[in-house]
Amino acid sequence: MDGLLQPVVDLFGPTWPLVWTLVKIVAIIAPLMICIAYLTLAERKVIGYMQVRIGPNRVGPLGLLQPIADGVKLLLKEVIVPSGASKGLFIIGPILAFAPVLAAWAVVPFSDGMVLANVDAGLLFLLAITSLEVYGVIVSGWASNSKYPFVGAMRAAAQMVSYEISMGFALVCVLMISASLNLSDIVMQQGQGRFADMGLGFLSWNWLPLFPMFIVFMVSGIAETNRAPFDVVEGESEIVAGHMVEYSGMAFALFFLGEYAAMWLVSALTSILFLGGWLSPVSFLPDGFHWLFIKVAAILFLFLWARATFPRFRYDHIMRLGWKVFIPITLTWVIVVAVWMLSPLSIWK
Amino acid sequence: MDFKTFVFYMFATIMILASLRVITARNPVHAALFLVLAFFTAGGIWMLLEAEFLAITLVMVYVGAVMVLFLFVVMMLDINLDRIREGFWSYLPLGAAIGLLMVAEMVIVLGGSYFGLDSMPEPPAAAAGYSNTRELGRLLYTEYVYPFELASLVLLVAMVAAVALTLRHRKGTKSVNPSQQIAVKRNDRVRMVSMPTEKE
Repeated sequence: MDGLLQPVVDLFGPTWPLVWTLVKIVAIIAPLMICIAYLTLAERKVIGYMQVRIGPNRVGPLGLLQPIADGVKLLLKEVIVPSGASKGLFIIGPILAFAPVLAAWAVVPFSDGMVLANVDAGLLFLLAITSLEVYGVIVSGWASNSKYPFVGAMRAAAQMVSYEISMGFALVCVLMISASLNLSDIVMQQGQGRFADMGLGFLSWNWLPLFPMFIVFMVSGIAETNRAPFDVVEGESEIVAGHMVEYSGMAFALFFLGEYAAMWLVSALTSILFLGGWLSPVSFLPDGFHWLFIKVAAILFLFLWARATFPRFRYDHIMRLGWKVFIPITLTWVIVVAVWMLSPLSIWK
Repeated sequence: MDFKTFVFYMFATIMILASLRVITARNPVHAALFLVLAFFTAGGIWMLLEAEFLAITLVMVYVGAVMVLFLFVVMMLDINLDRIREGFWSYLPLGAAIGLLMVAEMVIVLGGSYFGLDSMPEPPAAAAGYSNTRELGRLLYTEYVYPFELASLVLLVAMVAAVALTLRHRKGTKSVNPSQQIAVKRNDRVRMVSMPTEKE
């Protein structure tokens, strides 16, 4: 492989690291975009079958070309800027909503050593980058100069900031037991333990000792991505579509893509932090990237299932769940885990 | 000029321009967003100094939380720029004095070698496997544990005070308690009546 690449390396000379990083970024982003596009189809199909419908089945065989048709349609539509809008911010808004979700993939490990930036503070980086997502919503809501988007933006800001806290505390538990902020190390640590030695790796993963945190993290993840049943941000029945009301064409598509990219990201994080990432559940099957994909797909199915099952939460219920239920639970569990780690019963020695 | 220097000057330029726009932008929301940009680039500069924990925390705390709430407030306020500008001349002497003081301090720091202040040796390069976060955590929870706990207590008191100051129970509000609503059982709301059919 190195010998094969050598002429290319010489061609680019000192700019080679830059070129190579760009190649790696494209290698992550391009499949990700396809995944995002097909998640929209999967969502419509899954919800369709749950509601005893067929879902999209007209474009291409089994409707498989539907996301591409949607993409082309959105690309060809005009982006209308409302007359009273703050023009620059109106355009920047969707970009701010989409860019952080993509940037976060820089530290996500796909397999042993398969990561764009294997930084030591990976988990912190993720927390910081995902906390930027809220700007897209606020900025676009304000820049639209319209009432519904503004109400949507206010709701989103409050909701995302609230659930970030419980999410952060759930992460604190994970990094306490793995004693590392590096995502690859967190996965590797889950491969050790009594059950892993017995060949039952899936019982050694973090989801079992940190079960309440696993649930809190997943529910907070749904709330962070503004998915149903936490989608009061869009709230079609009350505020039309929240911050996206005034957007059309590709600008709207960016919000749409951002939401699905965030779903992929949250699912990938849940599988890496709590479900052992690329590790195989049993020792007689080899580890590999496919396990991560299967786990992520399973969690994404849960997302869609939740959307088809639950009615939208009322706003005060969302705030109550975030502040009065999740934060006390996570705080208690941080202390429980700390005591557990120092006690003789600790399983993380 | 190596790449690191180039990145530093790029960040520095962006940061200075953004900070300038913070004080010159006419629209308070734009000013707040430029402040976000300034924080973000400051995080980048700290990252260059290998202080990755501080850099990421800066972004997380200031950009991710503080500025969001700040924007929240600024967007909702109906700010009248003319009224804010009224006090410009009366505040100018104080502002100018503080500005001069900051310039003086920066001259002393930046011209340290000229004033003979460079007696502090340069820190040695970090060893491989050195973790900024681990080191900070160790210092905070061993050597500086009492000041750290004290600071957190002060913050807690400030938080309680802020809640106590803003929490007002108005009479006659129709707000509902979600906990009670969730605890409701079917039998509290509906009564099943078994009624035999009646004949004509």
